[in-house]
Amino acid sequence: MREHTLQVNHLQIAFRTGNGLVQAVRDISFRLEKGRTLAIVGESGSGKSVTSRAIMGLLAPNAVVEGGEILYKGKDLLKMSEKELCKLRGDKIAMIFQDPMSALDPIMPIGKQIAEAMVINGKLSPADAKNKALRLMEEVGIRNAKSRYGKYPFEFSGGMRQRIVIAIALAADPEILICDEPTTALDVTIQAQILELINKLKEERHLSVIFITHDLGVVANVADDIAVMYAGKIVERGTAEDIFYDPRHPYTWALLTAMPDLETTGKLQAIPGAPPNMLHPPAGDAFAPRNPYAMEIDFEEQPPMFEISPTHAAATWLLHPNAPKVALPKALAARIERMGQIGG
Amino acid sequence: MLEVRHFTQVFGKFKAVDDISFSVKKGEVFGLVGESGCGKTTTGRAIVGLQPVTEGKILFAGKPIRKKHPTTQIQMIFQDPMASLDGRMTVREIIAEGLRIKGIKDRKILDEKVYEMMALVGLSREQASRYPHEFSGGQRQRIGIARALIMEPKLLIADEPVSALDVSIQAQVINLLQDLKEKLGLTVLFIAHDLSVVKYFSDRIGVMYMGKLVELAESEELFQNPLHPYTKSLLSAVPIPDPRREKNRVRIPYEPACSDPAAAFREVTPGRWVMS
Ligand SMILES: Nc1ncnc2c1ncn2[C@@H]1O[C@H](COP(=O)(O)OP(=O)(O)OP(=O)(O)O)[C@@H](O)[C@H]1O
Ligand SMILES: Nc1ncnc2c1ncn2[C@@H]1O[C@H](COP(=O)(O)OP(=O)(O)OP(=O)(O)O)[C@@H](O)[C@H]1O
Ligand SMILES: [Mg+2]
Ligand SMILES: [Mg+2]
Repeated sequence: MREHTLQVNHLQIAFRTGNGLVQAVRDISFRLEKGRTLAIVGESGSGKSVTSRAIMGLLAPNAVVEGGEILYKGKDLLKMSEKELCKLRGDKIAMIFQDPMSALDPIMPIGKQIAEAMVINGKLSPADAKNKALRLMEEVGIRNAKSRYGKYPFEFSGGMRQRIVIAIALAADPEILICDEPTTALDVTIQAQILELINKLKEERHLSVIFITHDLGVVANVADDIAVMYAGKIVERGTAEDIFYDPRHPYTWALLTAMPDLETTGKLQAIPGAPPNMLHPPAGDAFAPRNPYAMEIDFEEQPPMFEISPTHAAATWLLHPNAPKVALPKALAARIERMGQIGG
Repeated sequence: MLEVRHFTQVFGKFKAVDDISFSVKKGEVFGLVGESGCGKTTTGRAIVGLQPVTEGKILFAGKPIRKKHPTTQIQMIFQDPMASLDGRMTVREIIAEGLRIKGIKDRKILDEKVYEMMALVGLSREQASRYPHEFSGGQRQRIGIARALIMEPKLLIADEPVSALDVSIQAQVINLLQDLKEKLGLTVLFIAHDLSVVKYFSDRIGVMYMGKLVELAESEELFQNPLHPYTKSLLSAVPIPDPRREKNRVRIPYEPACSDPAAAFREVTPGRWVMS
C-alpha cells in the first residue's frame, strides 16, 4: 500500500473580479504519494498554479476558497492559522517558481540566502547553518561551494541560479516540493541538469514532488503520476504509463496530438475553439464545445470520474457503459504505436 | 534576403556576440538555437536595427540596416509579450500603431486592417477594445504577432514566439506562421529553446554557443548528423514526450576544451558549416 503525504478533497477556489467571480478551481481531488512526482499538465488558465498556491497558503487576496480541504498529516491546511502555515512553508512544504531571479535577493550573497532560511526556521546556529548551506550547494551541483558562498546572484548563470533556489527550498528538509514551471526559461541542457537534480533528490530524500509544466517531454522525464486539468477540473489522472500510452479523455487526446516531437511532419493538430469563460462555467463537460466526440449529455451534465483501473480515472461520458465505442484519433494511435515499438 | 557578415556586439567589456556570419534566403525559415545567454536575442535586435552594431555588417536586400530609419519590412515578435505591449493602449491601438506611424490616418481603413489581422491570428473583433492584461499569455503573444504581421514584413524575427504557450496554442501559432510562409513567401528568423518545434519549422538551423556560431546545417541534416560537440550535447538533452524512451535517454555533457585559437567556422560540405 502506498503512503500518501498530501490529500486534496473537493477543492474549490474562485476569484473576485470587477465582472464577477472567476471559478478558477472547480472541485478537484487528488493525492500526492510519498517519494513520487505528480505532474500537473493542462490548458493555460486551467488552475494549475492556483492549486499549488492554495497548498502553499499563498493565494492572492481576492481569492475565495469556496470549499474542500487540503489534508496534510490529517490536518486541514485551509483551516490553519497564518502562523502555523508559515511554519509549515518554511519547514515541510517548499515551492520553486518559474523565474529564479525573482526568488532571490539580488543584493545578498547566495550562501547567506541559503543559510538564512535555516537560522530563521530551525534552531541551527549561524555556524552550523553555514556548514549545512555549503553541503546543500554541493548537493545541488554547485562546485567550489566555499569560494562561491559569498557571491551574488548576478554572478551566476540562469541554470546556476535555479539550483540556488532549489538549495534554498531544500534548506529546511521539506517533505513536499512544489515546482511551478521551474525550467521554462532555461535552455534544454540546463533544463536536463535541473530535472536530473530534482529526480535525484526525490530518490535520495524520498521527497514528494508536484511538478507543473506544459512541456510533455519534461513530464515524460519526471512524472510518476499525472493529473490533466481543463477549465478548473482534473479531467484525467493516472500513472505516466496510463496517460501517455492509454489516454481516455478527449482533451488528453488533443493535448498529446498537438505536441510536435522530433519525428513530426505535416500540419500540427491545434485544438479548435477557445476554453470557456470561467465567469460562467458550462453545466456539462467544459471541453464539450471543442470535443469532436461530444455527445448530448456532455453539454448538459458534468461527467463523474470513471475508474478505469485502480491507478487510472477520467471524467468523460465516453467511459459510461452505455456510451458508443469511440476509437482513438488515428494520428494519436499511430504515435502511441510508434512509442510502444521504440520503448518497451 | 538577409546577410549577416562578421557581426560582433559588445556591451561594455563583454562580447555578447563574437564575429558571426550567416545568410537567410527569401522564403526560408532559419532557426537559431543555443544556450541561454549565447546572443540570440542580441542578434535579432541588431537585425531590426534596435541597437547599433559594434562591428561587422548586416545587409537586408543588399542594403545595410540603418538604426535611424529602420525599415518596416523587417518586424520582430518579442520574447516577452507582456513587456513588449504597452499596457495603457487597447489592442486596436497596439496593432494599428505601425500603420499610423507609416502615415495611414483613415480610421476606417485602419480598423479594417486591424480586424483582418486579428482574425488571422484567431482573435475576435470584439476583443479589439480590451487591454493587454485582460488576455491570457497565449492571446498576448498573438497580439504581438498581429502587430508585426500588419506591416506586411518581408522578414520576420520571431524570438521565442511559442515558449510561453501551451501545446495547443503553440500549434496554432506555428500553423499560422507556416501558412504565411507558404502564402506570402515570408522569410523568418526563428529563435527558440524547444528543439522539436525548431526542427519541425526550420529549413536550416544555426547553433550558437557563447556568442559564436558553432554549426550551421539543413534542419534534417543537423539532427541526423550533428558534428560539433555542443550540438551533440544540445540534441541529446531534448526531452522526448514518451516516458519509456525518456527515462532511458542518455545525455551527452559538453565539456568545452580550452578555446582553440586556431578554430574557425569552416564549410565542411556545401552549405554545412562547423567550428573546428
Ligand atoms: N488574482 C486573480 N484574480 C483573478 N483571476 C485570477 C487570479 N489568479 C488567477 N486567476 C484566474 O484563475 C484561472 C487559473 O489560473 P492559473 O494561474 O492557475 O492557471 P494555470 O493553469 O497555472 O495557467 P498557465 O499554464 O498559463 O500558468 C485563470 O483563469 C486566471 O485568469
Ligand atoms: N543591453 C545589454 N547590456 C549588457 N549586456 C547585455 C545586454 N543585452 C544582452 N546582454 C548580455 O548579452 C548576452 C547575450 O544575451 P541575449 O539576450 O542575446 O541572449 P539569448 O541567446 O537571447 O538568451 P536567452 O535564450 O536566455 O533569451 C547575455 O550574457 C546578456 O546578459
Ligand atoms: Mg501557471
Ligand atoms: Mg533571448
